[in-house]
This record gives sequence, C-alpha cells and structure tokens, in this order.
Amino acid sequence: MTGLRSRRHNRLGTVALAAVPLAALVTFFIYPVGGMLARGFWPDGSFAPGEVLEVLARPRVHRVLWFTLWSAAVATLVAVVAGVPVAFALHRLRFPGRDLIRALVVVPFVLPTVVVGVAFRQLIAPSGPLGALGLDGSAAAIVAALVFFNISVVVRTVGSFWEAIDRRREEAAAALGASPWQVLRTVTLPALLPGIVSAASVVFLFCATSFGVVLTMGGLRYANVETEIYLLTTQELDLSAAAALSVLQVLVITGLLGLSARVRRSAVPVDRTTRPLPRPRRAHAAVLIWTAAVVVFLMAPIASLVIASLRRGEGWGLENYRALGTTGDRNALLVPATEGLLNSLGIALVASSLALVFGSVVAFLVSRPAGGRLTGVLDGLFMLPLGVSAVTVGFGFLITLDRPPLDLRSSALLIPIAQAMVALPLVVRTVGPVLRSIEDRQRQAASSLGAGPFRVLLTVDLPVAWRSLLAAAGFAFAVSLGEFGATSFLARDDRPTLPVVIYRLIGHPGAANFGMAMAASVVLAATTAAVMFAVQRLRVGSIGAF
Amino acid sequence: MRIPRSRSWSSLSSIALSSLGPLLALTLLTSCGSSAGSDNGDPKTLVVATHDSWAMSKDVLADFKKQTGITVKAQPQGDAGALTNKLVLTKHSPLADGVYGIDNSFASRAVDEGVLSAYSSKALVKSADAFELEGQGADKLTPVDYSDVCVNVDDTWFAARKLPAPKSLEDLTEPAYKGLFVTPGATTSSPGLAFLLATIGAEGAGWQEYWEKLMANGAKVTAGWSDAYEVDFTAGGGKGDRPIVTSYSSSPPFTIPEGETHPTTHALLDTCFRQVEYAGVLKGSKNPEGMRKFIDFMLGREFQAALPDNMYVYPVDSSVALPKAWATFAKVAPNPVAIDADDITEHRTEWLREWRDITSQ
Repeated sequence: MTGLRSRRHNRLGTVALAAVPLAALVTFFIYPVGGMLARGFWPDGSFAPGEVLEVLARPRVHRVLWFTLWSAAVATLVAVVAGVPVAFALHRLRFPGRDLIRALVVVPFVLPTVVVGVAFRQLIAPSGPLGALGLDGSAAAIVAALVFFNISVVVRTVGSFWEAIDRRREEAAAALGASPWQVLRTVTLPALLPGIVSAASVVFLFCATSFGVVLTMGGLRYANVETEIYLLTTQELDLSAAAALSVLQVLVITGLLGLSARVRRSAVPVDRTTRPLPRPRRAHAAVLIWTAAVVVFLMAPIASLVIASLRRGEGWGLENYRALGTTGDRNALLVPATEGLLNSLGIALVASSLALVFGSVVAFLVSRPAGGRLTGVLDGLFMLPLGVSAVTVGFGFLITLDRPPLDLRSSALLIPIAQAMVALPLVVRTVGPVLRSIEDRQRQAASSLGAGPFRVLLTVDLPVAWRSLLAAAGFAFAVSLGEFGATSFLARDDRPTLPVVIYRLIGHPGAANFGMAMAASVVLAATTAAVMFAVQRLRVGSIGAF
Repeated sequence: MRIPRSRSWSSLSSIALSSLGPLLALTLLTSCGSSAGSDNGDPKTLVVATHDSWAMSKDVLADFKKQTGITVKAQPQGDAGALTNKLVLTKHSPLADGVYGIDNSFASRAVDEGVLSAYSSKALVKSADAFELEGQGADKLTPVDYSDVCVNVDDTWFAARKLPAPKSLEDLTEPAYKGLFVTPGATTSSPGLAFLLATIGAEGAGWQEYWEKLMANGAKVTAGWSDAYEVDFTAGGGKGDRPIVTSYSSSPPFTIPEGETHPTTHALLDTCFRQVEYAGVLKGSKNPEGMRKFIDFMLGREFQAALPDNMYVYPVDSSVALPKAWATFAKVAPNPVAIDADDITEHRTEWLREWRDITSQ
C-alpha cells in the first residue's frame, strides 16, 4: 500500500520536476520541428499524407538513405576502433603531456565543418601533400572526415568509462592466471561495452546528420538524408519530401536509442579508489604507437590550418591575426572578427548555463533508481535534437516562433537557447552516470537522520557530482563555441558568432579574407583547447560518459 | 520506520520548480522584450533581409541615416535561394521590412508567391531598363546591381605550359583541357547555378549531353565557390591543380600580385551568365515607407558607386564610374547568356534534378 502510493508520488514528482526542461524542449524543439512537418503533411491546408509516402518510394530517397546508413555506420566503426586504444592511453595511463593531448583531441569536434573541409581538402586534393592517395571527392574522404570529427567523442566517453571500472577486477583475473588477452576479452571489454555503445550511438547520430562534411568532401557526388533535407527545403521548397525525410530521421534515432538504452542499462560500479594511474610499460608500446598515429591524424588538418593562417602572399607573418581586429578586406564582415569571438564567448556562457541547469535536472531524473521506463523515454526525448536536421529546426523557428506569446524570432536569446538544446544531451550523458553510481541507501540514510531533501542533495549528491557538473559545463561551453548548424539560421549581422564570421570570410574573394578565416579558425581552436584544458585541470574531465 | 521518500520527492520537485520556473519565465520575458524593441513598427529602424554576400561600408549607411533618420539593420538569410524560400515560408508574418538580394533565378518564385508589395522607384535610371523583370514582377522588384558569372583561367599556368587557354564553353570538353576544370555545384552554390544556366542557355536542348561530355572530360564539382576557387584553382588561396574555374568577371583584379599592375588570370567573356539582384518591399512590412526610401537610396550614385568594392558587383546605373582596376581587368560580358526569369522558375527543379543525376553517382 505505502509502496504503491510512494511509487505513484514518485512518478508525479518526476513529471513535476521534468516540467521545466520539458517545456523548453517542447517550445524550442518539438514545436518548431512539428511546425515544419505540418507544412509538409498539409501542403495546401488539407491533410495529404499521400505525397509524403510517395516521396519515400522514390529510388533516389532509397539511395540517400542507404548512403546515410552505411557511411555513418562505417565512420562510427572506424572511430570506435581508432578511439578505444587512445581512450586507454589517455585515461588509464599517466605520462607527461597527457592532459594537453586530451584537450587537443577535443578540438576537431568543435571546429566549423567549412574550415575543416577546406583544411582537409588542402591535404588530400591532388596538389596537396596526400594527393597521391586519390581520396579527394571519394566516399572514403567523407568517412575519414567524419571519423576526424568524432574520435574525440569516443575517446572521452569510453575513456571516462574505463577510468571508472574498478581495476582490481582485472588484477584479480591476472592473479588467477589469465593472460592479458583473456583479461581484455573476459573482464575489460564486457565491462566497457555500455560505454562503447553509448559513444557509438552518439557518434552515429552526429555522422548521420552531418551536412557540411558530406557536401564538401564528397564534391556533391554523395548525398545523405541531411544534405537532401537541406536541398529540398532551401532550394526546391519541396516541404512534403523534406517532411518525409525528417520523419525517417526520427524513426532511425528512436530505434537506435532504444537499442543502445538496452545495453547501457547495465551500469558498472564507479571506482573511487584514489590510487594514481600507472606509468606506461613496455607492454603498452603498441597502444602508445597507435595513440600517436591517431593524434597525428587529428592534428594534421589543424597544422595545415595554422600554416595557412601564417601565410601572407609569398611570405610569412602575423598579418592575418592582426587583421582580426578589422572587418576584413572590402567589408567582408559587418563587425570585426574579434567582436565575433566576444559574441561567441558571451553566447557560450548563456548557452552552457542553460544546458547545465536543464541538463542536470534531466540527469537527476534519469539517474533515479526507481525511475523505470519513464526516465528512459525522458532520456531519449532529450537526445532528439542531436539527430534531427538543423535545417528543419532552423526553418521551424522561423515559422512557429513568430507571434505572441512566443514572438522570439528576432530575439538575441534564441541562439543560446538553440545551442543549449544541442549541448543538453551531452550534459545528461556526463552527469547522469555519476549520479547513477551513488548508492541510494546513502540518501535514505541521510534522510532518516533528519536531512531534508535539499540537504540530501547538498550533502550526498553534490559532493560526488560537482566535478562532473563542471566538466559538463566545460564541454557544453565548447560545443556552443563551435555550433554552426542552428546558429547560422539565427545569427544576425549585429551579433555573429565566430564560426559565422569564419563562414562569411571564407566565402568572400581575396587572399586577405581567406588568411583571416584561417587565423580566426586557429583562434577558435585555441580557445576551445584552452577551455578543455582548464576543465582537465579541475581533475574531473573523466567521470562522466555521454 | 520507512523512509518517506515520496514526500521528500514531491517537496524536492517543488523546490526545483520554484527555482527553475522564474528562470524560464525570465528567459521568455527578456526575449520578448528584446524583440519588441527591434521590429515593432519603429519608423526609425528598417530591417532588410539580404543574402549572405551583403556588405556595405558604414559611411554609406551612415549617410542614409543622415538623410532620412533611418537606421538600416541588414539580416543575412542564406544564399539567394534560401533567402527567397524563407520569405515565402514566412509571408504571413514577414521576417523583415524589405528584401535585397533576390536574383533573376529566384525572382519569379518571390513574385508568384506574393511576398512583395508593388513599388516602382522613380530613381531607376533609363540605362537600367534592360535589367527590369518582365510581366508582373516589374513593379515588385527593382534591379540594383548585376554580376557576370564566367569561367576564369590562370594565364600563368597556361603560359608556363605553352598551351593556349580555352575560350568557349565548347573548349572545356576538348581533350586538351581534360581534368583542368573545377566548378561549384549548381545545387549548393549560386555561381554554380549560374554556370549551369549559362550552359543551358548556350546549349539549349542538348545541355545534358554537354554536361555528360564535360564530366567525362574530368570536370570536378565542389560544394561551394570557396572550395573551387580557394582549394582547387591554381591561382587561388590554396594553390590547387586546376587552372580553369567558375567564378566572376570581377575576379581577375583580385589576382594582381603585390607590387604589380596586371592580374594573372582572366575571365572568358563568352561563357557568362548574368545575375541581376533585386530589392523590394515585403508585403506586411512594418516600415514600407522606409524601405521605399532605401530602394531609392540604393539606386543613388553614392550606393551604386560603393557596390563594386563591397559586393564585387556592377551598378545598374551605367553612368557610375567603376574602380580603376575593374575598368581594365573586370569588363562585363558583351553578350551574356540570358534565360527568361519565368522559364527558370518553371524548370529550375527539373533542371537541377537532371543535373544532379548527371554529376552524381
């Protein structure tokens, strides 16, 4: 009797606490996307689902769907295979320079695709240093770029998981006579699986919704669902077809999340022993060489950016960096690039605060031990913004948030809100596992000793979770710094972010503007690395998993 | 002694709600406040939706403010296609007071969808008549500037190999120029679309066959103009390996080396498609009078003269002098390829789909 009532209360409590972030999700994501879908399903005011279904039968749509699935799957697989050993080296070993490498590895994830596209292509174009490989314009180039962007996701997620696994289990297995290979196969990998699956599902979503990479690297020869939605919406205004593809996206995400939630459920107890990590031994040589190779792969395009940013005409110098205080050659920009950086920092501050507040609430809810299926649905709902087309969301903003009480189209707050929606799932995936690792009996004990709910939160949850909260804030900050998809739909001339500034510069003729775009990209990369490095210094970066 | 978790739960949520609720309310309030300030029909501000290439010197816009008391707020909305489609989607609650940057390949869609209200500026000079739209679009959109999208070649490259540079669209399919041409794609780039239209205008019904030959001759398609010019073009920022590129007739002056007087590239004036850019008053505009004044101002000598340096386009007023390097090295095409705006609107999607099938796998 008491138990039943308490469970019902529990559920009521969940719903009440979830109300605020849910209201934000509905207002700033579901309502706009729904608005765009409605335009597709009701093309002339009357319901015509036939047109949408007809689109799904087009052979081109099948090709596009097939390419989306296989390119994202291959990229995810390669990113996992490449990233897992790096995760081991950076999160299970201790060596000088490790924190710096951890920070650098995150940089690709937040670089604007338009810049990485150019940097990558300068390497693999037939005239570039890697031209002999013949990769330019191939599907392999698309996959390579997708891997480039997403390795950091694997390294961080799997790495943090790995760090959390109690090492004593492996040591026990070894002491009982298991070979290193047996330990890996029978103890380490099974424990690691939830982390790998969690990383893989996020990476798959990022790859399946990538836009700039597919267009730039593939030279328009390939199309995925995202680029197709872009073309159908912005060029052909075929909203029925765009709606069909958006529905397809939602279906794929739902299936994927259901699948990954099943595996992630088996959480591993977090290791809170404070033994220092071991230094590398000879047995780690292969892993370290692999890590070095992956870091070189990640740094090569960034190095080519740095070199391009220092080139001016036939000579070398810092002119491109000095030019960042100007509006570019022939007023390519409406405000100086430095102002773009300041805007980016300001917006990122607001966006990461929003993502952190809402994200912690959601993480708190999904980590409740008695949550049941409801929390799973909640977790999935907040992952949706990662997997739905930014074009659909951006156009949706324009057509739904246009009248009171939600007349927000020209509001300066719309950009940080949109970015917060993108960063929120990452906050949930960073803070959630840590909260989940807290024994509920500790809270019950505190409660029985007379602590109020707020006091319990303060004395039991916060001491364990605060570091992961800071880490999540740092990551949300970096995500916001690099966000371009939704931002480019909302940014206005008087307050462009740095990625928008870079995009404008690179689209304007003249070597001076090109050099400035490169310099601005390096500044963006350095700012991101600095933020990530500062977060590492808090010695938290690794507790969570996204 | 059961622990009353349920009670702690609901009170916890009420604590959280009481602290989060105001935060969201604050968010909504401040955002409503800021939007009300900017477009609540304030006659002193004019919001103009533009394409992404919008650029104008502060001095010129300050002069407009001095003359009329109106501050212009430009809001870039994507390329000409995205700009037009956003206006169509939001026609019941317009994004801005006016629009600048709809070009002749999207003009008919904007006119047919009824997003514009009529205005014929008295400031339009006689020489600009040729740029006016035909039919009902004529009193809705006012031509402001134009540009010629042409094939550009790297003279230094061809001179070094003692190979004559190509001259026409037909030349690009010759074996001598195999693997030398790069163009931005028609579906993702506005000069790319212009180049496709140039080939359709020049080749007529045989344009698909032309593109098959072009692709068979090793033409490369990139996503955007910057990919083609800055990565693949031999005379661009990235020192690529293709000496023939789709760009503008105004591009060559940008390749004048430091300390020299001649550019290292030139535009093939027989391969050009003319893009005309228009301005108009949006239906439902909160400041139609301000936009009409701004259209007049855009046709005035000061704005027209500032166009080449800011947006790399030619003024529609032919009596306005061009910058010195332009007058010599950025001549306009004497006979550009032309396609009727209505024709483009009618066939664009079909042409783009056919083009996509020819150029992709």
